[in-house]
Amino acid sequence: MRTRAFLILLLLVSGPAPAGDELTVAVASNFSRAAAELSAKFAGETGITVRISNGSTGKLYAQILNGAPFDVFLAADAERPILLERSGHAVAGSRTTYAEGALVLWSGAANDCLAALGDEHGGRVALANPQTAPYGKAAIEYLSAEGLWDSVSRRAVYGENINQALQFVATGNAAIGFIAKSQLSAPQLPKAACTWELPASSHSSLEQQAVLLARAADNKDARRFLDYLGSEAAHEVLARHGYGVSR
Amino acid sequence: MNIFGPMWLSVQLALVTTLVLVLIGTPIAWWLSQTKLKLKPAVQAIVAMPIVLPPTVLGFYLLILLGPDGAIGGWWVQLTGSALTFSFTGLVVASCVYSLPFAVQPMQNAFESLPKQHLERAWTLGASRLDAFFSVAVPLSVRGFVSGIVLSFAHTLGEFGVVLMVGGNIPGETRVVSIAIYDHVESLNYAAAHQMSLLLIGFAFVVLAAMFVINRRWSEG
Repeated sequence: MRTRAFLILLLLVSGPAPAGDELTVAVASNFSRAAAELSAKFAGETGITVRISNGSTGKLYAQILNGAPFDVFLAADAERPILLERSGHAVAGSRTTYAEGALVLWSGAANDCLAALGDEHGGRVALANPQTAPYGKAAIEYLSAEGLWDSVSRRAVYGENINQALQFVATGNAAIGFIAKSQLSAPQLPKAACTWELPASSHSSLEQQAVLLARAADNKDARRFLDYLGSEAAHEVLARHGYGVSR
Repeated sequence: MNIFGPMWLSVQLALVTTLVLVLIGTPIAWWLSQTKLKLKPAVQAIVAMPIVLPPTVLGFYLLILLGPDGAIGGWWVQLTGSALTFSFTGLVVASCVYSLPFAVQPMQNAFESLPKQHLERAWTLGASRLDAFFSVAVPLSVRGFVSGIVLSFAHTLGEFGVVLMVGGNIPGETRVVSIAIYDHVESLNYAAAHQMSLLLIGFAFVVLAAMFVINRRWSEG
């Protein structure tokens, strides 16, 4: 009796049993839905389950430096993967560009996105936190170059990541927002009154890089997942989510 | 970045919230302590719910209610021209909901432990109910008020999840100290995160120790 109680206790303490073939992938928020679709397809083809952990690129980067148990990192920039490679947290030579992102102005209320952005009384402007989210940083680069930052900074609200920035503007709490083009295909997104894609030349490139993390250096499944990102099947998914792919 | 800006903003938020909570919490606590209605447990449960609910639940509904299209936010827009979300005023509303039990429960406990005959004596001497409340009930419940005030202040200072959801991280307006610390940790600026965090740890210790000292004096005296 006592042994059985002890075994039950042990079972409870040890937590969920780890599955045999399972990868943990850290994914920048803008890519969360595309990653979910890709990992489902990947699992269908290979039988390897992929667990996805979402967050801003900067936040995931900080978590990786502090020993987070991720195998692959899909960032929203090239900067953090390069830093990880240099510091030895990522496997040298594993870094690849998996997608080109684009920045979009979105409003559920204003008919003219640019006019609303320039209007001092146009309401709150949502963007992702520029310190941790590359899409937020790109938005500020655009605003500074256009001389709009002075006016917009007084109306800016910062999402913890790009998904929160979208949530602020989709709920009408912000009048207009800088979001990722990939978010336009979000199924729950209300009807837009205006959308405007920023020219790629108006901010530094949103080249999104993937990297194999040090703890997965010998993990064949993880390498297979990275290879899969460059496959035709993956490119089809990426294009559907509004990403550019370099071939 | 200036570490005192977010700290001062948090202190302001906690001060205003505590003041509002004393004003609305006292009548609620008094009513709860005196009522014999069957409804009492339901009201008590509503007051206590913010302790149990995740801040995300509060944040989610506050975001909807306080937004420009929300029931409260829409009305506020008509009144003042600006929405409640992403504003200091909005944070005060959110904090009042969030910290309500921390103000009401200690006061209610104090009111409930008042000897009934003291109040009755005041009434028979011709004091009005309000008069008796302020000249008999309040002085005898100082401990409850001190606890309620200190706990709502400290709890508001430690607020994070709700602010993350309805604040929008605006410097000088909604970037309170807990959010500023989170930002610094996320962007690996550990020096600033340490400074603010240590300041808060010291502050929390001093405030709570002071409360326990005051409470002990009162129970001895």
